Amino acid sequence: MPVDVEARVISNTRLSPDYNVIALAAPEIAAATSPGQFVMVKPGRGSTPLLRRPFSVFEILRTNGRVVGLTLLSKRIGTTTQMLFDAVEGDVVSCLGPLGRAFSTGHPATEAWMVAGGVGLAPFATLSEVLLAQNARTTLFYGARSARDLFYVDWFRDRGVRLVLATEDGSVGDGGRITIPLERELRSMVDGGLQASGGDVMIYACGPEPMLEAVAHLASRYDRPLEISVERVMGCGLGGCYSCVIPVRNGPKGHHYVRSCLAGPVFDGAEIVWD
Amino acid sequence: MSPDLSVQIGSLKLTNPIIAASGCFGYGVEYADIVDLSLLGGVAVKGLFLAEREGHPPERIVETPAGMLNAIGLQGIGVHRFIREKLPELRDRRATVIVNICGSTLEEYVDLARILSDADGVAALELNISCPNIKEGGITFGCSLAGTFDVVSAVRKVTRLPVIPKLTPNVTDVASFARASEEAGADAVSLVNTFLGMAIDVESRRPKLSNIVGGLSGPAIRPIAVRMVYECRRAVKIPIVGMGGIASATDVLEFLIAGATAVQVGTANFVDPFIWTKLLDGLRDYLQRHAVAHVSDLTGTIDTTAREKEWISS
Repeated sequence: MPVDVEARVISNTRLSPDYNVIALAAPEIAAATSPGQFVMVKPGRGSTPLLRRPFSVFEILRTNGRVVGLTLLSKRIGTTTQMLFDAVEGDVVSCLGPLGRAFSTGHPATEAWMVAGGVGLAPFATLSEVLLAQNARTTLFYGARSARDLFYVDWFRDRGVRLVLATEDGSVGDGGRITIPLERELRSMVDGGLQASGGDVMIYACGPEPMLEAVAHLASRYDRPLEISVERVMGCGLGGCYSCVIPVRNGPKGHHYVRSCLAGPVFDGAEIVWD
Repeated sequence: MSPDLSVQIGSLKLTNPIIAASGCFGYGVEYADIVDLSLLGGVAVKGLFLAEREGHPPERIVETPAGMLNAIGLQGIGVHRFIREKLPELRDRRATVIVNICGSTLEEYVDLARILSDADGVAALELNISCPNIKEGGITFGCSLAGTFDVVSAVRKVTRLPVIPKLTPNVTDVASFARASEEAGADAVSLVNTFLGMAIDVESRRPKLSNIVGGLSGPAIRPIAVRMVYECRRAVKIPIVGMGGIASATDVLEFLIAGATAVQVGTANFVDPFIWTKLLDGLRDYLQRHAVAHVSDLTGTIDTTAREKEWISS
């Protein structure tokens, strides 16, 4: 059940001129959060911004094994993200959660591939911790504009996550989109007969919708299960406003809109109808 | 002694004057795990047509200064699924259910009223004749005095449930629509629905909403809504359910003093889904401080002596 916490800012780390990681003292929410779930956040008390904004929970913070808070990975784009970028220790941020449908990790695949684009990295820190604890071989395919925009690479590597990187300017990893190395590995997996021999790869993706669409097409072509986390303009996070809808399949040709706050933000990749 | 918060809307007695506004609270059941629905004066559920509706494509909302524009397009499950899938839980949770109904034709309003009058657990009907976001029906009744009169009369004839037309502010003189509703036999009127507005992304020169235009709600519209409630109070004797940007107990009181018997809270619920107990506590506290025994004693108690002359009467 979600709770609303007036969370104190524990720390705020600027990763680049646009990205920051803000730590919030919301242990009640953090302790109840599963990978892929989100919180609705509002800095300040006034009417600017008026509405909360959705954020994936990035990390669960622990001190001596005790949960003390959570972090959010934020990219400065609008009013809320600017305020989160500017926040200092001791500021208060309203934080409502945990909300939404989590990634399924109940029946772990022997191998998990997480595909992240930009700020879409956010749900994969908590997901990789759960997957690694289940002894799934875990890979992060992580794409961004440039090497400067890749964050927490060591965090993942130190925990035993294999990293495959791509940058649009070619400054590190493959030059171009992250789907380039993803497709290469899918192809070599099939060529290597892994699929025939029971190779069991589950794909998880989060990032810009064109990337999600491309990953969905690859997953379908190579017949891999896929879960994606979508981000839609969201008013309330609780199913009240019907603004965050996304079209999902309904019969062979039709679609209908479902609320991504309740039915998602994590969806079966094959369910979504792309424009 | 604890003040009496109950109010009367036609034959319907509400335990308190604070109602969740239609379109801002889903079908109520979405909130049942975090809000005790029986503590609310009422739950006005999302507008229902006879049939299911897909609504508009995204983007459906955009934030604006101290407010938001929406053009959801009345996505909904239709009246039959509502009765089957949502009403039983609302009944179990002891919610006072106000069903907001929308039709493309007068006959559809009548059919909806008949169907819901036979359903167990409906306390009142709110007639949505004011949604600014859909082309067919609704607003075409709400923007014509004759249309308002006709749809209210027709529904009145087929139901004993309290009938509450929800009025649009997108007219020159909202009070005349309250009067037409009263003459047609409405038990109350609710106002205001949203103000038609739009927002443009100047980089792409595209509208920010897929529907191009949408309805403005939130604190930005509150002063206009309060003024309209005040105008209607002077025009009709039936109760007024006031709404428009209420986000605190002070805002609730402003509407009551202007002339509302009850209020609805919409956009503020998106910001704070736990707002209800805060509003009720604030209301109780005010009544105690001002030694008002019944909240209904506040309705229309605005003191305009010495300022009356400044009021430009219609």
